[in-house]
Amino acid sequence: MDRLKLVLQYFQSNSESISNGICIVLSLISVKLYTSFDFNCPCLPQYNKMYALGVMFVPPVILFLLGVLVNRHTGVLMEEWVRPLGRRTKNPAVVKFLLSSMLQRSLLAPMVWILMTLLDGKCFICAFSMNVDPKYFTGIPNSTGLELIKIMAKVPCKEDVIFKNSSFRKAVSRYVRCYSQAIGWSILLFFIFLGTVGRVLKPCFNHATFLQTRYWSNYLDIEQKLFDETCVLHARDFARKCVVQFFESMREDVTVRMPLSSAFRPSTIRNEYEEEEEEERLHGITRHDQVDHLLQTWYECKPELDVTRMAYKPKVCITWEDINGKALFSEV
Amino acid sequence: MDKFRMMAQILQSNQESFMNGICGVMALASAQLYTSFEFNCPCIPEYNYSYGISMLVIPPIWFFLLGFVLNNNVSMLAEEWKRPVGQRRKDPAVMRYMCVSISQRSLIAPAVWISVTLMDGKSFLCAYSMDLDMSEFDKNVSGHGLSQEELLRTLAKIPCNNIYDGQHILSREAATRYINCISQAFGWLFLLIITITAFLIRAIRPCFTQAAFLKTKYWSHYVDTERKMFDETCTEHAKSFAKICIKQYFEGISGEIQPFHDHSHDDSDEDDKPATEEDKLMGVRRQDTMNKVLWDWHTCKPPLSLKKIGDANTGQNGDCSMNPNKNEDQNICDKTDLNEGQNGFKCGYVNPGLDIGQSDSGKGHENASFSIEQNGFTNRRSNASLSQNGFVNGGVFSPCNTHRKAWAVYYSKV
Repeated sequence: MDRLKLVLQYFQSNSESISNGICIVLSLISVKLYTSFDFNCPCLPQYNKMYALGVMFVPPVILFLLGVLVNRHTGVLMEEWVRPLGRRTKNPAVVKFLLSSMLQRSLLAPMVWILMTLLDGKCFICAFSMNVDPKYFTGIPNSTGLELIKIMAKVPCKEDVIFKNSSFRKAVSRYVRCYSQAIGWSILLFFIFLGTVGRVLKPCFNHATFLQTRYWSNYLDIEQKLFDETCVLHARDFARKCVVQFFESMREDVTVRMPLSSAFRPSTIRNEYEEEEEEERLHGITRHDQVDHLLQTWYECKPELDVTRMAYKPKVCITWEDINGKALFSEV
Repeated sequence: MDKFRMMAQILQSNQESFMNGICGVMALASAQLYTSFEFNCPCIPEYNYSYGISMLVIPPIWFFLLGFVLNNNVSMLAEEWKRPVGQRRKDPAVMRYMCVSISQRSLIAPAVWISVTLMDGKSFLCAYSMDLDMSEFDKNVSGHGLSQEELLRTLAKIPCNNIYDGQHILSREAATRYINCISQAFGWLFLLIITITAFLIRAIRPCFTQAAFLKTKYWSHYVDTERKMFDETCTEHAKSFAKICIKQYFEGISGEIQPFHDHSHDDSDEDDKPATEEDKLMGVRRQDTMNKVLWDWHTCKPPLSLKKIGDANTGQNGDCSMNPNKNEDQNICDKTDLNEGQNGFKCGYVNPGLDIGQSDSGKGHENASFSIEQNGFTNRRSNASLSQNGFVNGGVFSPCNTHRKAWAVYYSKV
């Protein structure tokens, strides 16, 4: 139980690491999807390019949208962006920070897919085999009576009969794959370089502001989680009390149970301590319309970021005095 | 508090992650079922299309219904939909939300099946091989002297590798590739459409109706929690009911009456006393009462409005009455009786700051202990519980300001 608690605490404190984990899982899914996908070039001049470029670019769009969907920050970002002003000012820098971090994470899986297609080369061969000038290669099968472009369009398909005894197909494939891999590696190098430069130079600009925006974006995330948690606890206590009240309203005895100071209060289901805690957890919200009002206000008019009143509540201290004014007992 | 937070986390995450887990398991099951299923195109013109399309469409329907069956929330939704209005009005938005969330989860496994089928291409090939347009391959249809029927029959054999006999008319691999291409294009399109729809629903939704969404989410979760709490409470009640019932039965036979909670009270700590069985009954002691409880729970749910414990405005000032059927000493006490003029009364107050300059009463502390010797009553200390024979409620003494939460209840154990 302790270990579970530790794990939960870790995850709760570190929502960034959850996002990173999800990001990596999506990339692995993208790799697996590519390897299990049966690439099927049509080998027809009018459809080759369309198919290949479709396979290269449509799955990245899907993966990007998926990445945005499963990212927790999307919800936080949209809520913060769209909410009415209320009593809390809006900080556009926080919104921008959330947006950029969400986009960075969501772009990883699409990039992985695109790089895989480029490094593998099948898409490129399918799309651009018709643009290769065949005069650089020997062994072109010109006895079939087909047009040149149709022959070139059939290059991606290994099993076609016209290429049975010639090395022409393999030579053209190798050539186009070369190009594909070169482009793939250059893109990878470019992005790594960009990332490195960005990381290294970031502290040079507005680091203090960056620390602030990072803190407040993390705060918004945690605040939303805690609100959901508090709602869950509240619903639980509400439900329990509602059910108990319902049972008690069916009492057959005509007894009047009067409220009592906590010292003499009869314990019903739980002992005093827990019952007081439960009362506390209800926070005085005990009616349907109160809960509705609470949720409406939470959205429309978020409270200001100032918990001084709660954190430094003045404590009532009691002093017992006898008739002469002499202090017998004091909590001060 | 930490324990409760962790519990809440587990509860909340468990409920959702449990449903998500089932979702994921069904999606994997759907993919696995597809790979292990032996697709068997009939290669006959009359049946190809039906077989191909039914392989594409019927298993998703089956998975969708299975998702509904496995989802616990379906019965909750049906209950909420069908219950009479009673004291609690119905919120159609909550029911819509529950319906939508159940449907969303059930739609994942069918979507996986459809996309895997389209990506693989076999069912598309089977269904549409006869609709192949030969001009795509620049083949001259009439050049081979085949009638329309024979051509169709030849084309229908394309999905079957070992019986295809039209290689001289049309290369089987070229046709297969072409149709697979189209099938995969449809597959990716399908995935794109559902991803865009999901994105619009989840990412753009906060722009509209966010406050209403928070409300419906809370209340749908509340309905679920309340149902669980009710079942828990019923179980506890049934246990206590059964215990007391059996005990009474034995007593009825043996003719003796045992005091019910001798051993549990006398030496246990004040603050740590376990709830007695009588308490757990909450006053519901007969079969027909319990039946009424269960009946009314469905036909007339209570309003969503809790009464505060210790609310002094409930008009119970100074009133007391006794349990009419169970008590041996029928003493009605009212305000005037329990003045400070009587011996040995002490009172406890909720608000310790109250001025308690009363001559005969002792000082009021929250933890005051007291005893009364009056009319044979023996008072218990704090947390006196209901005895089997009922209890006597003491009234409030007049000097106390009736507006304050200053009540004292005296219990007796007869």
